Amino acid sequence: MTDAAATLLSVKGLTKHFTLHGDIYSKLAGEKTQVLKAVDGIDFHIRRGETLGLVGESGCGKSTTARLVTRLIEPTAGEVTLKGEDLLAFSRGRMKEARKEVQLVFQDPYSSLNPRKTIMHILSRPMEIHGLAHSWAEKRERVLELLQRVGLGVEHIDRYPHEFSGGQRQRIAIARALSVDPELVIGDEPVSALDVSIQAQILNLFRELQKEFGLTYLFIAHDLSVIRHISDRVAVMYVGKIVETGPAAALFDKPLHPYTKALLAAVPEADPAKPAPRLTLQGEVSTPIDPPPGCRLCGRCPRESAVCAEIEPPLVDVGDGRQVACHNL
Amino acid sequence: MAETVPRPVLELDGLTVRFRLRRGDLTAVDGVSFAIERGQTFGLVGESGSGKSVTAKAIMRLIPDPPGEIPSGRVLFEGSNILDKSDAEMRALRGRRIAMVFQEPMSALNPVFTVCDQISDALRTNLGLSKAEARERVVELLSLVGIPSPQKRLDSYVHEFSGGMRQRVMLAMALSCNPGFLIADEPTTALDVTIQATILELITSMIERLGMSLLFITHNLGVVAHACDRVGVMYASHIVELGDKREIFANPQHPYTVGLLNSIPRLDGHAKYLTPIAGSVCNMMEPPSGCKFHPRCAHAMEVCRREIPRLKEIAPGHLAACHLHDRGTA
Ligand SMILES: Nc1ncnc2c1ncn2[C@@H]1O[C@H](COP(=O)(O)OP(=O)(O)OP(=O)(O)O)[C@@H](O)[C@H]1O
Ligand SMILES: Nc1ncnc2c1ncn2[C@@H]1O[C@H](COP(=O)(O)OP(=O)(O)OP(=O)(O)O)[C@@H](O)[C@H]1O
Ligand code: SF4
Ligand code: SF4
Ligand SMILES: [Mg+2]
Ligand SMILES: [Mg+2]
Repeated sequence: MTDAAATLLSVKGLTKHFTLHGDIYSKLAGEKTQVLKAVDGIDFHIRRGETLGLVGESGCGKSTTARLVTRLIEPTAGEVTLKGEDLLAFSRGRMKEARKEVQLVFQDPYSSLNPRKTIMHILSRPMEIHGLAHSWAEKRERVLELLQRVGLGVEHIDRYPHEFSGGQRQRIAIARALSVDPELVIGDEPVSALDVSIQAQILNLFRELQKEFGLTYLFIAHDLSVIRHISDRVAVMYVGKIVETGPAAALFDKPLHPYTKALLAAVPEADPAKPAPRLTLQGEVSTPIDPPPGCRLCGRCPRESAVCAEIEPPLVDVGDGRQVACHNL
Repeated sequence: MAETVPRPVLELDGLTVRFRLRRGDLTAVDGVSFAIERGQTFGLVGESGSGKSVTAKAIMRLIPDPPGEIPSGRVLFEGSNILDKSDAEMRALRGRRIAMVFQEPMSALNPVFTVCDQISDALRTNLGLSKAEARERVVELLSLVGIPSPQKRLDSYVHEFSGGMRQRVMLAMALSCNPGFLIADEPTTALDVTIQATILELITSMIERLGMSLLFITHNLGVVAHACDRVGVMYASHIVELGDKREIFANPQHPYTVGLLNSIPRLDGHAKYLTPIAGSVCNMMEPPSGCKFHPRCAHAMEVCRREIPRLKEIAPGHLAACHLHDRGTA
């Protein structure tokens, strides 16, 4: 049971299917409605004080996963366990508490910040809701401190979101998530809008907070060097499935799944003298709409064999805390 | 290099953009000058909030007025000043000849229109395609930007697309009318590296095929290293360094550029803490005197507090704005 106590969040068989309305042409042709399998039966867990990095192809289901574990949307199937309790069965009161414990930083801060409210309001409102600060002076002081921590000058406190640059808005969103002393922060591309110096500052801040308060992170990002830097463990997704997980260093030094390998080969290094990134996957991008049976990488994979199109490879332990879903390792 | 000097497609000459806010004026872009040649990719990098997107919006004439204004400077597009054009002339230019990919997709996409309607709108007004023709072309464009099963996603709304898919819808929209000049503001930040590589290949092919020129704004220095020809570095409303990509990476001359390059996390290394540039970001409402970088610069001298350093040529085509290069004057 010690392991269960150390696990902050775990999901089992988590699934989200969307039904597409379909275009009029296919409706006229009498085709049946189609199912988009955004997240298709994934398992993972995050231990207290740990950072799990989540990477994968654009559209593979990362943000959907983030929205499922914060219950912004309800899963089609599967279990979500937060601190040993069934999140999907939470009462309204317990859910309100959970909304403080688990904070989500959205991918596009443009749509998540209310344009009619000042930064002071945006950052102090969550503190009010959760009873963390009472007097105006107390709130103002906390907001000023938050602004400084995320590298925004205090002179910004009375401005509106549209008066900020993209990266400044993202830092406001990060400050808002940190404003209620959360336990788990889910960052959906929290640093990709930032220049590398401010990004370094924010990544250091995340690490300091983790050390100080034992924060736990689920960190979604496309920048693999950022993921490697911040994560203890990494999960790689491809079209609704987790295809590989393992400790960050091992996974990056010796990727096992063909998709993970392809990802690492495509990273452009910040040095014009280094070779240009390579595209090692062939063919069309794989579709999550009524995907064929078998492995989702079929048709693009350099290691594909006959079995791949027939049997879906399960995620299996390969030792050293690593798991991979591939028939031909 | 020995050919006749080609006239740049786009030339910024002392562009200045100011916002008049309740609490005072904010100069977001201050005397910015650079030129982009035909078929060239110009990378604009720099601190978050330094004025990159405002520069791009000024070129497109999309600075909201009020509170924004352009007190001085010229934006020469194919030789004529965009800032003098009428709204009708601008409408004819936008989309067809200059297109832009915006940094935040949701600020530019309409939530109540389907993906197909948004992209085909430009195709129908600019290229006069019929509804069915436009629809066909949209499928083609979506598949070019790597959207799986495009024909099944045409009638989706943008909120049903992932972040990176929205970004690609915007890119498809911008590329739809084969613009001669593309401004791409962080066009690949929401994309994984394999789709990013696909998109960069697509853009490169358009540069080669159509002689398109590109203003590429990005924080991803890896992308700059491989996709750009020349690079401009911005800090607090100024261009502080300008040069050939190889020069900027191998031989950076401005202390801010050096700090930026040192902040990049490495794919192989695993340092516990990264090394950001010391000090806090510049207060744009009350910027420091002289060189705006001086409160954070390890090399700051007396003169840096007094005088704004001008961009000076250090080597052919390589310019930096830093008093360290005022040889013999200090
Ligand atoms: N409300 C919805 N209705 C229909 N489809 C949806 C909806 N939300 C998401 N999807 C689809 O689910 C899939 C996964 O989307 P998701 O946003 O989770 O991807 P992602 O991994 O976050 O991608 P990105 O890296 O581009 O942000 C996509 O194909 C997307 O179009
Ligand atoms: N509409 C506006 N009203 C007031 N101030 C604005 C407005 N738009 C931008 N600014 C200010 O102008 C400055 C430059 O913003 P800009 O969006 O150009 O930054 P950027 O370099 O693109 O940054 P990022 O990398 O974060 O996108 C910022 O200080 C910003 O707060
Ligand atoms: S199961 Fe087959 S197709 Fe899938 S990744 Fe492995 S080798 Fe490639
Ligand atoms: S001008 Fe002075 S303060 Fe500014 S970057 Fe150069 S040395 Fe540093
Ligand atoms: Mg996403
Ligand atoms: Mg910007």
